[in-house]
Amino acid sequence: MGTAKPREIRLSTTPTPEALAELKLGDVVYLDGLIYTAREGVYMRALEGNANIPMELPRDSATNFHCSPAARINPDGSFEMGAVTATASFRFAKWLPDWFAKSGAKLIIGKGGMTSKDYKEYFVPNGAIYLSTVGYGTGALLGRGIEKVEAVHWNEELGLAQAMWVIKCNKMGPFIVASDMNGDCLFERENAKIAKNLKRVYEGTRPATLKRFGETDDKSDELI
Amino acid sequence: MISIDLIQKTAEILMDKAAIEIPDDYLSGLKEAAHVEDGDLSSFVLQAMLENYEAAKEDRRAMCGDTGTPRWYVKMGNETQVEGGPIALEAALRRATANATNGVPLRPNRVHPLWRTDHNNNVGIGAPEIEYGYEPGGEWIDLITVHKGGLFGTDYRMLFPSDGIQGIKRFYLDSLVAFGKRGLACQPAIIGIGLGGCKDTCMVLGKRAACLRTVGDRNSDPKIAELELELKELGNSIGMGAMGFVGKSMVIDTHIEVGYCHTGGMQMSVHAFCLSSRRAVARVFADGRVEYRTDPEWFTDYQRRETVEWELPNQEKSA
Repeated sequence: MGTAKPREIRLSTTPTPEALAELKLGDVVYLDGLIYTAREGVYMRALEGNANIPMELPRDSATNFHCSPAARINPDGSFEMGAVTATASFRFAKWLPDWFAKSGAKLIIGKGGMTSKDYKEYFVPNGAIYLSTVGYGTGALLGRGIEKVEAVHWNEELGLAQAMWVIKCNKMGPFIVASDMNGDCLFERENAKIAKNLKRVYEGTRPATLKRFGETDDKSDELI
Repeated sequence: MISIDLIQKTAEILMDKAAIEIPDDYLSGLKEAAHVEDGDLSSFVLQAMLENYEAAKEDRRAMCGDTGTPRWYVKMGNETQVEGGPIALEAALRRATANATNGVPLRPNRVHPLWRTDHNNNVGIGAPEIEYGYEPGGEWIDLITVHKGGLFGTDYRMLFPSDGIQGIKRFYLDSLVAFGKRGLACQPAIIGIGLGGCKDTCMVLGKRAACLRTVGDRNSDPKIAELELELKELGNSIGMGAMGFVGKSMVIDTHIEVGYCHTGGMQMSVHAFCLSSRRAVARVFADGRVEYRTDPEWFTDYQRRETVEWELPNQEKSA
């Protein structure tokens, strides 16, 4: 077992610039306050369809979770939310500049982070930080951090998985700080350390006889 | 004759179990990985996952918010008859999938690929998949549900005999390194490798190798079993752990399944069954008994047969 335990921090979902500046790559964060889920369905509807966002952002919440929960709407209109887990964020990069402008988000939560280029271009100018979920798949632990499901918006238009869920959190976590105010990327830092070992690991293997278009043989490269 | 109501009721229980209870073989494998892991961040992640499995069972909530794309593997003994026939069986499995999606609840993951239509119940065109297998003798039906996560960690490549074991290792490493970065494959995983067949069957073999064999199980061909262990070790020597952080735990086990292929080719597929390696199994008998387990016991000698005729082992002895 690794021995050094990461630093644990409680953070508001409408965090101050000072609190965000404190965060270091690899810190573990637990959240308090309102968060909302928004992924491709919400982005397309709000940004490309110009629909009015049914919340006051960022006043109500500055935390956007790339998530579809395992949830149902009961016949009486109440909600049952079991597990919540993130979906991979890299594919939402193209909507982020407009989303930051429209939502004033300060925390983006998802799976796998984004590139340091995205952080430097979109996150840092908006004073925002990326938090990664842990695992992946601590869905049950995150589910325990739900104090209440406040609302679900655009369910009829987008379906349960893509709808905008508004969740009140009480010590929801763990999340890992994956970007900082310099725009540095935790995952790229780890990739660089691992890349040093790759040449040795690949010894005794051979490239496939039949090539594929666009193929790279640089194993330090990423697919995203 | 096996009761159709019992099949549906059992299928609903299996959906619940698969989503909530991590199978013991995977749990033991992960605990072992957590024990040897020395990367600080990777260790933290594995510890959080172990706590997560406990939380899921205690609260009876899904272990992961992405509850995968539920599917069914159905196996029957040769004497089995299902009340209402195969159409009733498929309807019962579709009903169980829809009911459990609302009941557990699961995430309604299944949408139309173009129109993104979501029935909010994980049922639609071709969903859930239902695949069949048969065994000589017996009057029983095995219901196996697998809730595999969906987007990353799987790849296919046409290799050739000249690529050899070195080429297999290369494509294996490429798949782990490519999808392991940032933890897209949700490792450490059970890696399933399909070798041979045709393109479609190669994918099927690899997926079944990942999803229908338990941690610690070895292929009945001793040389393939040896290769499985070698590849497991190779995967864990990359230097990558959970979430793509520096570490040692990439692979909980590696399983290989083969099928006879075109004489010029050596098709290969790689599948990763993630940190939520969700499967649940029940055998339903004609007398109403139901036995629950987590080992699908799919790959029997009969499933791997390579001769024209099949004779039961005891018949071989007496011949």
